[in-house]
Amino acid sequence: MAETPRTQFETAGHGRPRSWTPQQWGALIGGGALAIYGITRRSPLGIALAAGGGTLALLGARRKPSENNTATTSLLINTTPQEAYRFWRDFQNLPRFMNRLQNVTVLDNRRSRWTAAGPGGKPVTWEAEITEERENEMIAWRSLPGSDIEVDGRVEFQQAPAGRGTLIKVRLQFAPPFGTSGTIAKFLNKGASFVLRQDMRRLEALMEAGEIPTTAGQPHGRRDLVTGLMRAADPTRPLPRGTNLTDALAAGRRSA
Amino acid sequence: MKAVCYMGVHKMKVETVPDPTILNPRDAIVKITSTCICGSDLHLYNGLIPTMEQGDIMGHEFMGEVVEVGAGIKSDKLKVGDRVVVPFTIACGNCFFCKRQLWACCNNSNPNYWIAEQMMGYSPSGLFGYTHMLGGYAGGQAQYARVPFADVGPIKVPEGIPDEKLVFLSDIYPTGYFGAVNADIEPGDTVAVWGCGPVAQFAIRSAFMLGAERVIAIDRFDYRLRMAEAGGAETINYEEVDDVVQTLKEMTGNIGPDRCIDAVGMEAHDHGVMYMIDKAKQMARLETDRPIALRQAIQACRKGGTVSVPGVYAGFDDKIPMGAFMNKGLTMKTGQTPMMRYMKPLLEKVESGEFDPSFVMSHRVPIYQAPQMYKTFCDKQDNCTKVVMDPWADGAMAA
Repeated sequence: MAETPRTQFETAGHGRPRSWTPQQWGALIGGGALAIYGITRRSPLGIALAAGGGTLALLGARRKPSENNTATTSLLINTTPQEAYRFWRDFQNLPRFMNRLQNVTVLDNRRSRWTAAGPGGKPVTWEAEITEERENEMIAWRSLPGSDIEVDGRVEFQQAPAGRGTLIKVRLQFAPPFGTSGTIAKFLNKGASFVLRQDMRRLEALMEAGEIPTTAGQPHGRRDLVTGLMRAADPTRPLPRGTNLTDALAAGRRSA
Repeated sequence: MKAVCYMGVHKMKVETVPDPTILNPRDAIVKITSTCICGSDLHLYNGLIPTMEQGDIMGHEFMGEVVEVGAGIKSDKLKVGDRVVVPFTIACGNCFFCKRQLWACCNNSNPNYWIAEQMMGYSPSGLFGYTHMLGGYAGGQAQYARVPFADVGPIKVPEGIPDEKLVFLSDIYPTGYFGAVNADIEPGDTVAVWGCGPVAQFAIRSAFMLGAERVIAIDRFDYRLRMAEAGGAETINYEEVDDVVQTLKEMTGNIGPDRCIDAVGMEAHDHGVMYMIDKAKQMARLETDRPIALRQAIQACRKGGTVSVPGVYAGFDDKIPMGAFMNKGLTMKTGQTPMMRYMKPLLEKVESGEFDPSFVMSHRVPIYQAPQMYKTFCDKQDNCTKVVMDPWADGAMAA
């Protein structure tokens, strides 16, 4: 296949050049500057600033860049491998629990078109094809050349012992990293695996309970700003399209 | 509709809010006829459990009539017109945990599971009217409530039995019973119960049902101790003794109580220096709980005995005597109550007349009195043990 070389699963996260992202440079420079400023103040506030800045710089410098591009998780679900495989194999089901995916259109038996919420809510589209599959066991797919982003995925379904259901293992690899909400998740030190795990927990609810638990739309008394802030900072929710901070806070309060 | 809303620490308000609607196929809407204030609501009232938000609708002990069901509810499970008691835990009925009868550990009913997973490793089930960490579901101190997974939790109850004999099936009666079950009581056992609140009152009576020979109840309010005595317990007023552990030792021939039940939880009181230290640490958020009753229960329990903890703990506790716990070979059992295991058998005891749980009720008031009743209950004024509210009594009608 003639296409741009890309990192394969087996080597994901290993042997990559340790190039730094702008966020990391920002954390290092900003944190360092804050620390130096704090030290020169020689006051309690200065010490606090120095400590905070130093921590920020340290955290920024220590983050491994490769982690942001690969997400893995596994989950035990009370269903059969057959049912889980069937549900997943119909890629149109994926947006039902992957809340950054907006839409998947199946083009033919191997190819599909995916649309997700990208940075700032801007839609990102790519086409994917199935590269390998074994019925009731595993599916692997990769994005085709010419897509907005590269996303490779692999899911395995294993019968768990003693009637415990099915162990589902997922690996997603993507470049560049996913969008504004991804950035917020990173800010909270969650990363892509966290986001994927939330998606998989929704899949579990969907397969076991037939629905995803929610409180969106329930009544409540007068909210205050704290609620809006908490909703806006919730790393499990993608930011809606064209979001600015004011809208996000207002939407957070409404949906609470 | 009218609903009791959390508007900040020590600030409850009856607000007019929109009526709830069906949001998921397995939802039902219940028109509430009776709803209670629980001791665990007081932890929220006092602002001691994180992730409450202004505007949250309170309440997890309620019953009423089904007025609407979602498309996913089969009519043999639940239908409009059914009179139901709603358990305080929400359970999907089909996950790893529900299949093992651990409904209060349901994996699929907490939409905010990730917050609980950060704090506890894994998320317990969602609860009505509690913190956002435990789901943030609108509660039942209101005229209507939305009940998710309504084909699993709510239990149908017959007409003809008054609400006050049934409504405690929503939490405290099964919770007290579960506290006694968890104590592994054997014939001849002496059971010590910390606290004489409503859950403890049910735990005392359940301990006798399960074969206890003696029950010793510990509290500081006379009226609550009298209620425990009416249930057959001996009592200790801890404000009148120097040392509860020593007193229990003397009352049991130096063996100690075989089974200890902590029905107090995170806001225990005591006299002495340790209490002051705990209180200060809790106020400074250096620990979330004041585990005084739990420490005493571990110290007092006989070697090889069982400590059962129906009392609510929120987070992190200091100076738990782990050395005593390990070296004496104790067992501890706890958890939110797996309601669906106990609601039916306990309802049968009410139906047959064998047991009447309504004795704990001290106040029956219209819902608009909720803000005062929270204060009355919290400050233990007016001999308050249990407040049952009517959301439709006059004064609450305009909605």
